[in-house]
Amino acid sequence: MKYTDTGKKDTRGGFGAGLYEAAVKNPNVVGLTADLTGSLKMEKFVEAYPERFYQCGIGEANMIGVAAGMALTGKIPFAGSFAEFVTGRVYDQIRQEVAYGNTNVKIASSHAGITLGEDGATHQTMEDIALMRALPNMVVINPCDFNQTKAATIAAAEYVGPVYLRFGRPGVPNFTPEDQKFEIGKAIVMEEGKDVSIICTGHLVWESLKAADILAEEGIKAEVIDIATIKPLDTEAILASVKKCGCVVVAEEHNNAGGLGEAVCGVLATTAPAPVELVNGGDGFGQSGAPAELLKAYGLDAEHVAAAARKAIARK
Amino acid sequence: MAQVENLQKIASQVRRDIIRMVTAAGSGHPGGSLSSADIMTVLFNAVMDHDPKTWTRSAKNQDAFILSAGHLGPVYYSILSRCGYFPTEEMATLRKFGTRLQGHPCTEKGLPGIFQPSGSLGQGLSAAAGIALGKKLDKDPHYVYTLLGDGECEEGQIWEAAIFAANHHIDNLIAIQDHNNQQIDGQVSNVGGVTTYGPIFEACGWNVITVDGHDIEALLAAFAAAKKCQGKPTVIIAETVMGKGVDFMEGTCKWHGKTPSEEQAQQALAQLEETLGDY
Repeated sequence: MKYTDTGKKDTRGGFGAGLYEAAVKNPNVVGLTADLTGSLKMEKFVEAYPERFYQCGIGEANMIGVAAGMALTGKIPFAGSFAEFVTGRVYDQIRQEVAYGNTNVKIASSHAGITLGEDGATHQTMEDIALMRALPNMVVINPCDFNQTKAATIAAAEYVGPVYLRFGRPGVPNFTPEDQKFEIGKAIVMEEGKDVSIICTGHLVWESLKAADILAEEGIKAEVIDIATIKPLDTEAILASVKKCGCVVVAEEHNNAGGLGEAVCGVLATTAPAPVELVNGGDGFGQSGAPAELLKAYGLDAEHVAAAARKAIARK
Repeated sequence: MAQVENLQKIASQVRRDIIRMVTAAGSGHPGGSLSSADIMTVLFNAVMDHDPKTWTRSAKNQDAFILSAGHLGPVYYSILSRCGYFPTEEMATLRKFGTRLQGHPCTEKGLPGIFQPSGSLGQGLSAAAGIALGKKLDKDPHYVYTLLGDGECEEGQIWEAAIFAANHHIDNLIAIQDHNNQQIDGQVSNVGGVTTYGPIFEACGWNVITVDGHDIEALLAAFAAAKKCQGKPTVIIAETVMGKGVDFMEGTCKWHGKTPSEEQAQQALAQLEETLGDY
């Protein structure tokens, strides 16, 4: 693998670092949270700009509305909580105040997916991408490591319009460039290959890179594409890769319904049908456990991505 | 006195507009629109600092208003139009395909005067609080107003917002509750179970003013007092009569979301003086 893990860091830490940097650059950036300042690593921002920070208490619905109102006055609000509580719990508020109102609100969504770990299924949303993808006007970003999350947060602040920014809780390998420029809507070819396209997002980008290593030992050259922006989807990059490789794996830390897998299948079915294997959480809830243990148990680790790739190749 | 008479005239025309709009549309919400007509008339014509000519959604250097009870579109549209936000003839398009006057207010169609979409109840107080906070950051001394229904206050988000606004001392936020005690399924005091919301707002830390919502002079005084309050947000509980101004619509939930027949509309209009010219 051409990437080096420079040390485990959480993607929520990337958000905290990005929020601070965005706030330094632009005085209109404000932060809101529903009693989760530390969980979202917002402390540096809060210490530097206490007058631009709004503690909403445990009231996520109100937080979304307040953020929308502030956005109207030209502020760039980042409203943060756990992924489940800032999507499922407040879907209607986001639909009305952010998406339909087309307000410049950034939804900062931490602890997404099964790797939230020990807190269990009440907190492990595997449906949030589906909910947010369904909303007109909404940009959906799911970065893969600390550095990319930081860059994506800065890019979200610069972009005008609703953004759903999804990141996670556990420390994970940090392997993308430190001062990268994040381009919303652009897929990133992480590894070039010719036998199978592994289209992945979030924490599963690292798992997919490891899978590519496993496959390489078998003589299979996998192309790994990081879909950091799930909506709008970089269909051009996907189609170019599939044209070259002829079969596809889509890997995501999310359930099947409405996820990246369905989005990619939708593109391929209507333009360039190819065999697709899906690596996702299926149709169920998670449970307590350590992140790595859960990824393995739910079929979301490198071994499972590699197995899916072999299956996809066999179907060519 | 001249001011009060003038406002009463406007309110009468607004009530005519409401009846004519919903009758032509064949659907819509006349009851609450009529009960809040005096509040809205006073607010937009004698209280708010606003200018349709320079209006934008950013509410820069103007007061802002959010209709939290979005189903009261008819009264809102009439008021905006009569204030000069858009041509009065456009009222005839309410709820018709392609209209800017959607069944519930929206921003997507670009109707001037609308800050946020509303209709999914319980959300406007939060948005209004957000605009008010933005104004505070900008050191813009203007106020943000929002009209709440009383049935709407059964929504939990209202109380998230109430606690938040008091905790953050958002004193440039003034909410008005149209307390007509009617909602779709019956009386608010039965369906939701709360007779008066004043003490609840007070417990959250709000300044509470209770007023006769059809007494123009009392409304003017209430708004003046609200603007003077420092350190906390104010809610004006306006005691109103559902369907006010049309005898057969008064005091009943039946006219919440029901429109009159042509004949009933004529009966209603006979009770409402045409003061500014029908659209």
